[in-house]
Amino acid sequence: MYQYDQYDQAMVDARVAEFRDQVNRRLAGEMTEDQFKPLRLKNGLYLQLHAYMLRVAIPYGTLNSAQMRMLGDIADKYDRGYGHFTTRQNIQYNWIKLEDAGDILADLASVEMHAIQTSGNCIRNTTADQFAGAAADELEDPRPYAELLRQWSTFHPEFDYLPRKFKVAIIGSDTDRAAMKLHDIGIQIVKNAAGEIGCRFYVGGGMGRTPMIAPVIGDFVPPLQMISYLEACLRVYNRYGRRDNKYKARIKILVHEIGADEYRRQVEEEFAHILTLGLEPPPAELERIKGYFADPGFETGLSGDIDRSDPDFALWLDQNVHAHKQPGYAIVTISLKPTGGIPGDASADQIRLMADLAKAHSFDELRVTHAQNIVLPHVKKADLYALWQKLDAAGLASANLDLISDIIACPGLDYCSLANARSIPVAQKISERFADLGRQRELGELKLKISGCINACGHHHAGHIGILGVDRKGVENYQLLLGGSEGADTSLGTITGPGFNEDGIVDAVEKATDVYLAQRTDGERFLDTYRRIGMAPFKEAIYG
Amino acid sequence: MVENALRYRDDEPVADPAVTVDAFAEQTNASAVRIEPGDDARILLPHLGRLSLVEVNFPAYTDGRGYSAARILREHGYDGELRAVGDVLLDQLSHMRRCGFDSFAPNQAIDRAAADKALATWPEVYQKTVDGRAAIWAKRHGLA
Repeated sequence: MYQYDQYDQAMVDARVAEFRDQVNRRLAGEMTEDQFKPLRLKNGLYLQLHAYMLRVAIPYGTLNSAQMRMLGDIADKYDRGYGHFTTRQNIQYNWIKLEDAGDILADLASVEMHAIQTSGNCIRNTTADQFAGAAADELEDPRPYAELLRQWSTFHPEFDYLPRKFKVAIIGSDTDRAAMKLHDIGIQIVKNAAGEIGCRFYVGGGMGRTPMIAPVIGDFVPPLQMISYLEACLRVYNRYGRRDNKYKARIKILVHEIGADEYRRQVEEEFAHILTLGLEPPPAELERIKGYFADPGFETGLSGDIDRSDPDFALWLDQNVHAHKQPGYAIVTISLKPTGGIPGDASADQIRLMADLAKAHSFDELRVTHAQNIVLPHVKKADLYALWQKLDAAGLASANLDLISDIIACPGLDYCSLANARSIPVAQKISERFADLGRQRELGELKLKISGCINACGHHHAGHIGILGVDRKGVENYQLLLGGSEGADTSLGTITGPGFNEDGIVDAVEKATDVYLAQRTDGERFLDTYRRIGMAPFKEAIYG
Repeated sequence: MVENALRYRDDEPVADPAVTVDAFAEQTNASAVRIEPGDDARILLPHLGRLSLVEVNFPAYTDGRGYSAARILREHGYDGELRAVGDVLLDQLSHMRRCGFDSFAPNQAIDRAAADKALATWPEVYQKTVDGRAAIWAKRHGLA
């Protein structure tokens, strides 16, 4: 994976010094909270309901064991002994003191990490396919492009005060594991008829209160013009995105209001101008970065056989292990969704254990997924059983990947000052209701996502089953959505009808799954059945 | 004399008052203009030869349109004074300089020494812009 050179290190070190100075000026009263707020946000520091929250960037969700270990140590040293992995492939700490922020950033910088642009109205940390460089179905590894993008977007002077936040995701497979079309910009690396690699730009997707699936704006941008095309997309947005209403300020609204064709025309015009300026890093820079993402030293001639005699191991194997491009290896996803747990949470000890396991079994590498789980991308099949035993002993062997209890949930009203309702207790109750793994497996792939307000941080629009917490006359109320999806077949969920209280929503989810079990045909997932039979039978069962 | 002026140019300040973009279109002898966030800086491109001062107004520092306006003017060869005016704060100076501003007239005075320190925040830069600084990628590959 990528390693800093003296330039990259100098930049994060300068950021630590700058932020220490800003915190000191704030504490000394030289800056108002209004003036300080955007500065701390660009360092990932939010003021939540009970304390400051610090969001640490994990660029394209990739990290090594030393970095993972540091995340565990920070949880112990500055927080309450745990961290929360997020849908942006980052980690958040919920109990941070402002006075400690500078020291935390310095600790992070010592392992080539930072919290740069993890919040604020700027270009956020880029996300990517968590199976990059390992997936059997990959056309091109997106990580070098994501790293090029990371460097370009870091302290970009023109795009630090955008109308609203800006999120980019990049993938290199037809299977979309990054919800790419629901980002401000989604880039898919594709091949044209001539066999050349290019970047397909989807612009103007997003969730929030106005969910939209991004249209294709640039069908095939040569990789060595990717940065120039990004400059053009961002400049048009910075100049013409709405600033009169923060709820209409995302790029999706601009693209929707002027239309994809007009937005494309403006981007093409700006792109033609920008190409004359020589802003693009040279081919040698992409090659230099690619060098860091060469395959690790895979062994060849390994056996693909796995001893499945332990039935619990076999369940985990079938659910949480994916095909690797290299014979004899597999991709392991560690579920952070135990029954009754908080989705995405891990204790400091668990974080350090995962670091150790990555070092021992996965060429020192880990990934964070947008579904709030952890991936060990390169595990020898022969090591899987031993690895599973260690995970099991640490409470990390839930065999529920992509099942109903593999829930995405935002922090909700337990932490977040924007939330209208709690998300975590609902996630816990649903996972307890469906605790029987056999029952979950009978239901098959079922992506359930919970947001505690219409900002949709819990991706409820994209859940096969989505839950949206709202405030109804001072009481928490939960709406149910069906039919969303975030993959290559991206779709937005539809609200079933009137909302429920906390126990009622769990019952409603169960009734929806009963309809599926009664109506499905062979091989149909929940989503497929919903798409075939429509909302009516579900509505009848839920409200009838 | 401009109030609270911070200049990073050697030439004499322009004495002419800056006119609005609309007035500029009608006054063929005007040499100073002020751009508001909603104005299209490209309207000025045919007239860069007679301009010696462009003020870009920031009514609120969170409105970043002026950064694009400045960069567009510099990208098209404008080399006169480019002044950020209004809600211009210490922590934005460095990015403004990178987008081509070489003069600042903030509502609230900024200490010159503090400004110089803020402008020296970044030892390196990742992007090529219009300030002449070599991007990190250029240094890595011997292009600077």
